[in-house]
Amino acid sequence: MSPVHDQSYRRYGGTRRSPGRAWSVIARTGIRAMLSRKVFIGLLALSWLPFLVRTVQIYAVTAYPQARQVLPVDLRLFERFIEGQGIFAFFITVYVGAGLIANDRRANALQVYLSKPIARLEYIGGKLAILMTYLAFATLVPSLLLLVMQVVFAGNLDFLRDNPSVIPAVTLASLLRIIVASITMLALSSVSRSTRYVAVLYTGVIFFAEAVYAVLLVAMGSSRVAWISLSRNFAVVNDALFGQTPRYDAPVAVCAIVLVGLIVVSVSVLERTIRGVEIVK
Amino acid sequence: MSASSVSLDHVSVAYGSTAALRDVSAEFPAGAVGLLGPNGAGKSTMLKSLLGFVTPTAGHLHVLGLDVAREPLAIRARLGYMPENDGHMPGMNAVTFVAYCGELAGLPKTDAMQRAHEVLYYVGLGEARYRNVETYSTGMKQRIKLAQALVHDPDLLFLDEPTNGMDPKGRDEMLDLVRDLAHNKGISLILSSHLLPDVEYTCDYVVVLDKGAIAVSGPIEALKGPAGRVFEVRVKGDAARFLAQLKAAGMECHETDDDVTRVFVPGEAGTEGEDQRRICDIARAAAVQVRHLRPSLPTLEDVFARAIGER
Repeated sequence: MSPVHDQSYRRYGGTRRSPGRAWSVIARTGIRAMLSRKVFIGLLALSWLPFLVRTVQIYAVTAYPQARQVLPVDLRLFERFIEGQGIFAFFITVYVGAGLIANDRRANALQVYLSKPIARLEYIGGKLAILMTYLAFATLVPSLLLLVMQVVFAGNLDFLRDNPSVIPAVTLASLLRIIVASITMLALSSVSRSTRYVAVLYTGVIFFAEAVYAVLLVAMGSSRVAWISLSRNFAVVNDALFGQTPRYDAPVAVCAIVLVGLIVVSVSVLERTIRGVEIVK
Repeated sequence: MSASSVSLDHVSVAYGSTAALRDVSAEFPAGAVGLLGPNGAGKSTMLKSLLGFVTPTAGHLHVLGLDVAREPLAIRARLGYMPENDGHMPGMNAVTFVAYCGELAGLPKTDAMQRAHEVLYYVGLGEARYRNVETYSTGMKQRIKLAQALVHDPDLLFLDEPTNGMDPKGRDEMLDLVRDLAHNKGISLILSSHLLPDVEYTCDYVVVLDKGAIAVSGPIEALKGPAGRVFEVRVKGDAARFLAQLKAAGMECHETDDDVTRVFVPGEAGTEGEDQRRICDIARAAAVQVRHLRPSLPTLEDVFARAIGER
């Protein structure tokens, strides 16, 4: 009796992608995996509520100019909008990011990944792209879309002409938040096998820094040490980007150095932890 | 044997102050090669060095003619690695996991999915391919590790202890798969194991590692077949004295788990029964009673024991 279907091993004669694009496979798979979670879809939807509120505000101001006295549409609105999205960015960072590498470490998946034609940088890039995509969806995309809404409702480009720095400022402020949050969370995720531990650690570090800043603010009577708090670092840099009066006494350069320092330390951690073999010395 | 699939040229690897490989030079021919050695001999370190996971402190490694230090990605595109420890992508079922591995290795999405189904049937997981890998038994996890190593159709496979934790039936099936891949499907492989029968069943060539250095290497048949005969002996009485006298007479003795000593008699065979008579004479001189004496075929165990024993 001849077999109906040959279930033996067959050599592959098809095409193969050249090395260097596996990061997109990792990113695509990770992005799709998150979208299968209803809780996460709810979180993403919730992150767009402020956009709806601000859109109504912009519409009201353009339709009823007298409303501008109460609800001005200016650079500060966009700055505050991005900062307001920070809370959603935080939850997305924790929800998506905590398990990105920790889960792979728990399942010993790193040795499987790195036994394929994938460079460590590609693996990190793929994982980073997952978190950055969702953070962009909650910060950069609604911020830029809000600008589009302003132009649509106003029916002219006057606002963009009067504030030429708004597009670069919105883009840079959003990207800075996305990059810092993504890379620090990825670094934390790479040092543990427990998603829960990473989530608690990230949250704890952020809240601890806020608490320390609050104590020092009272003790010193000055906000010169605002660089201790992550959210204040963003606020100081944002004020500079949007050309607003500084809300804190901390120098912009110091806050920028702190943020860049966080990125450098995170990259260094990732460089040490993402390996095909775990060496216990 | 054709050209070598893997070569090591004076390779040393150290973890901190601990040397894992010491100035190792070896050629692994194409085909099925067993990498034997006791635990801690450096087998896994050698495989991880060949994959580029571990950077040697000295020496050069070549896989499929490519330099590991310069072209690790090109090598890994043609390589399949079945790690010793469990390794899977969390939250995926088997077919998604294997197809994902295929895509990571460079296969187009549709081809990767088709290959995933094929290799899962081949390794015996066809019926369980939609189950989450985390629910698999140890034996099934071993099979899926082989499937992910095969999905992109590598030219060379590294199998690190592939039968670990498997029941006897599963172990036999895994060894049949490994043998089939090497002998019928044209895939070269390096099987790292401390289980001599596994290597003897599946491989044609063996490299024995001990304490980070090559103890012996060569075709198994050639290593098993030097001039000499092997006998199984069991005695009652002062066995230690008997063994000492056998060794003094130039014979090699290796005790097994079954209270039986395997005695290797070197040199050309004499008249029929001459070796047995010599052993009995030594037993008489040692005042022990021979309870069991029969000729045996040389096994890889003898080669291994001899290689390790000589060091």
